[in-house]
Amino acid sequence: MSVDGIDPLRLTARAAKRMLVEGEISAAELIKVYLDQIERVENRVRAFLLVTADNAVRYATEIDREAGAARGALAGLPTAIKDNMVTEGVLTTCASKILANYQPVYTATAVQKLWGDHIVTLGKTNLDEFAMGSSTENSAFFTTHNPWDLATVPGGSSGGSAAAVAAGEALWALGSDTGGSVRQPASLCGVVGMKPTYGTVSRYGLVAFASSLDQIGPLTRSVSDCALLLSRIVGRDAHDSTSVQLPEPIVEPQATRLDGLRFGVPHEYLAQGVQPGVRERFDETLRLIEELGGIVEEMSLPHTEYALPAYYIIAPAEASANLARFDGVRYGYRSAHAGDLIEMYEYTRGEGFGAEVKRRVMIGAYALSSGYYEAYYGQAQRVRTLVRRDFAEAFARYDLLVSPTSPTVAFRIGERVADPLSMYMSDLCTIPANLAGLPALSLPCGLADGLPVGFQIIGPAFSENRILGAAHALEKAIGFSALPTFKDTSAVACGDTGGGMHSSHRASPSDARAEGEGA
Amino acid sequence: MMVVQRAVAPSGWEPVIGLEVHVELNTQTKMFCGCAVTYGDPPNTHTCPVCLAHPGALPVVNERAIEYAARIALALECTIAPFSIFHRKNYFYPDLPKAYQISQYDAPLAVNGRFAYWVGEQKLVCRINRVHMEEDAAKLIHAGGETGRIAGSDYSMVDFNRGGTPLVEIVTEPDIPSPEAAREFLTQLRGMVQELGVSDVNMEEGQIRWDANISVRPVGSTQLGTRTELKNMNSFRFLQQALQAEIPRQVAVLEAGGCIEQETLHFDPETGTTTPLRSKEEAHDYRYFPEPDLVPLTVDEAFVERVRAALPELPQARIERFMKAYGLPRYDAVVLGSTRALAQFFEKAAQSGVDAKLLANWTMGDYLAHVNAAGIEPGMGHVTPERLARLVRLVETGTVSSAGAKKVFELMLEEREEPERIVEEHGLAQVSDADELANIVRRVLSEHPAQVEQYRAGKQQVAGFLVGQVMKATHGRANPQLVNELVRKGLAE
Repeated sequence: MSVDGIDPLRLTARAAKRMLVEGEISAAELIKVYLDQIERVENRVRAFLLVTADNAVRYATEIDREAGAARGALAGLPTAIKDNMVTEGVLTTCASKILANYQPVYTATAVQKLWGDHIVTLGKTNLDEFAMGSSTENSAFFTTHNPWDLATVPGGSSGGSAAAVAAGEALWALGSDTGGSVRQPASLCGVVGMKPTYGTVSRYGLVAFASSLDQIGPLTRSVSDCALLLSRIVGRDAHDSTSVQLPEPIVEPQATRLDGLRFGVPHEYLAQGVQPGVRERFDETLRLIEELGGIVEEMSLPHTEYALPAYYIIAPAEASANLARFDGVRYGYRSAHAGDLIEMYEYTRGEGFGAEVKRRVMIGAYALSSGYYEAYYGQAQRVRTLVRRDFAEAFARYDLLVSPTSPTVAFRIGERVADPLSMYMSDLCTIPANLAGLPALSLPCGLADGLPVGFQIIGPAFSENRILGAAHALEKAIGFSALPTFKDTSAVACGDTGGGMHSSHRASPSDARAEGEGA
Repeated sequence: MMVVQRAVAPSGWEPVIGLEVHVELNTQTKMFCGCAVTYGDPPNTHTCPVCLAHPGALPVVNERAIEYAARIALALECTIAPFSIFHRKNYFYPDLPKAYQISQYDAPLAVNGRFAYWVGEQKLVCRINRVHMEEDAAKLIHAGGETGRIAGSDYSMVDFNRGGTPLVEIVTEPDIPSPEAAREFLTQLRGMVQELGVSDVNMEEGQIRWDANISVRPVGSTQLGTRTELKNMNSFRFLQQALQAEIPRQVAVLEAGGCIEQETLHFDPETGTTTPLRSKEEAHDYRYFPEPDLVPLTVDEAFVERVRAALPELPQARIERFMKAYGLPRYDAVVLGSTRALAQFFEKAAQSGVDAKLLANWTMGDYLAHVNAAGIEPGMGHVTPERLARLVRLVETGTVSSAGAKKVFELMLEEREEPERIVEEHGLAQVSDADELANIVRRVLSEHPAQVEQYRAGKQQVAGFLVGQVMKATHGRANPQLVNELVRKGLAE
């Protein structure tokens, strides 16, 4: 196949890797395919906060000069990185004004591993500020648009990464998932997204939102790609005390059957707010599971209704401490008109953080404060234990649990901005796996009203290979082949919610923003 | 059995004192990152993403720091928790880059210890509530202004070299009965920590720091009064002064029918008084919660036993041993046994087999005075333990008189010579030759016929005068005992 035959909307990483290895294309040519696609669609999708085009081209050219064994396992594969993973010398903003000009002095372990494999970084993708949100509408800079319908959100918080992969602007991407931030945008954008078991991917260099929940995970065009990318970022890291070594390596999923596998369907996940179209695709997928030899049973995770409220105590509580370091003292934004120390803190943080971040920091500080700790944080931790126990009991009887990833397809930009609670409901089905630290994957299972529907598979801790195997079998059976159309159903042109200091910024290969050395 | 005699405060009242002591550990690297622990290096030369709290950086526990903390805890006879938890203590300040300090809260490394210390002849025991691990803050330098404090300064600078240094906090129960006892407690605790080799406990570098909690109550009461917390006492003397100032202040408030407010007071060494810190600096809700970036710390029995087995002899045990093995009085044992350097000096000297009490007197007396005056560590300088022992041997054998020995000691400080040689060169040997002395005695008696007459008439005390004359004639080198004998013998003739 020649470069002309490559469709970035369809190309998988496995296929690209094969073509590179067999010399059908060069890394420089492959990068060009993606930079061209960025050129074509980015001004409509706006997935990237920063495109490091020059670096990418230079680095791809270098890779082409490397021969055989000297080339890393993922040499030349064009990759997008969510902008909450630090990259040495390359701006890392967390989509926040407070870090708008922050140049990291080191690189996140997961990214460093991929760099060690000679991937080529295309740029840093948009997100909800500090990964707090489900739509990218909380980005301080602009909202990313869903390539399936530009009037809708891509989901979040890893909406930039999901949209970039869906729009063919990246071969694959890294995201982070604290309450569904990889799986929900994967679902809304029609790509595969996985949150591995807590601890399997180092969090070193992932700008912390909620430390006990955050995990980095892949967003890819296929289940097999997901396994490939995941296999290269897992592992115990001496820099992250909570990281662990997977008991077995991630292998390339091959399964085409689900014989004897027991699938539990928690009825609580279907109880309320699931759109009929989503329910239909979900039920069809359940029937496919049975056709492939799997056993499907409705079952119960009785504490599910408390998971969301517990999450919205624990995550903000941790965030309130994690985001306290952004104080204007050492790096990042500092208010220019503070008269003393207290004012410097207040103005810096007041001006530097967006509304959702402030809301969560305040909720979190309140939940931890003297006299309220037990009633809120203490109680939430007890709920977390009960949620874990639910799963432990479920996995005594079922190999995997399945649900819709999101109760709805992509919603319209602006629709939920004024109603945080309805926004929080987007993560109803994804949050429990974070609370329990379990691996979970979302794969596309069809369209509803022309928009992708995600199917979630949750497994016990360290069952990544089992989940990937089942997802692989289902992926083949579902045969999801629709492509995003970049249509825009908005009656009026959709405005950006950010309007912040970088609202005029548009990422393109000729983008003027500083580019660092790392590829 | 512990005997606690409360120092008598203004009559009818007694103080109750507890201490919180922070010790910076002398590990090679910081508590949660690989940066070197150093003192005096150019500012901000030992920093990294972790100790500067860059986004995404994570802490990793320094195992050696845990071992050092365990050493302190075991020396304080604490129980090491098999499972302890780090917490985040949240507050904003420029010296705290994460805006939280990783510390321990309701599940500390070690609890329930005790520390025995001496106040004069009295052995006191203070219960230890807990020993826990945390990280030190960075160093703030407030420029401009007169006090060096943040209030009134023009601007402030932060040196993050110190930020993240491993810190052990030792919290006592309120068992300390007087300001003097508090001072002794700290002095002896510091000696113990030094002995453990886990901190340089240099006070000027702030490697050991403390706050005191104090309340007063009517003598005989078993209830605790409301306490105040005293800060800014950076010497043992200031600690004692601050406590001494605080006791009458509290008593006066209570006797006037008032209530003690639970507050933090700043000690001003200039005025010797305590004043409340501004409430803004003080009103903290630290919002403690378990540090999610660290897994709970598990310490197994084998580790505890390994640390315990490696503990050196501690001053308290050594003091007891000195009393037993050398037959020293408690006072001598405390002076000699409290610090390792002096104790080692004494023990090396004692190996010579000279009289231990005599050696103790010399070590505590002339030798310690010399060490203090010269500002050196015991063991340094010309006066080696061997040389001091040889000098004591000369005294013991009567080769020099004690007055002569003092001269020899002074010359030893300058001349780097063996004491025997100094005695020889300077003619300081005691005259113990009976024949030579008998001649001198005869001469002195013949020169003082009147006195001899008086003696013989029954005025016995005249003998003393004549002995003095002989000593004078020998320039003090005569063996006084022998002179005494010879004078009486001559008078009897």
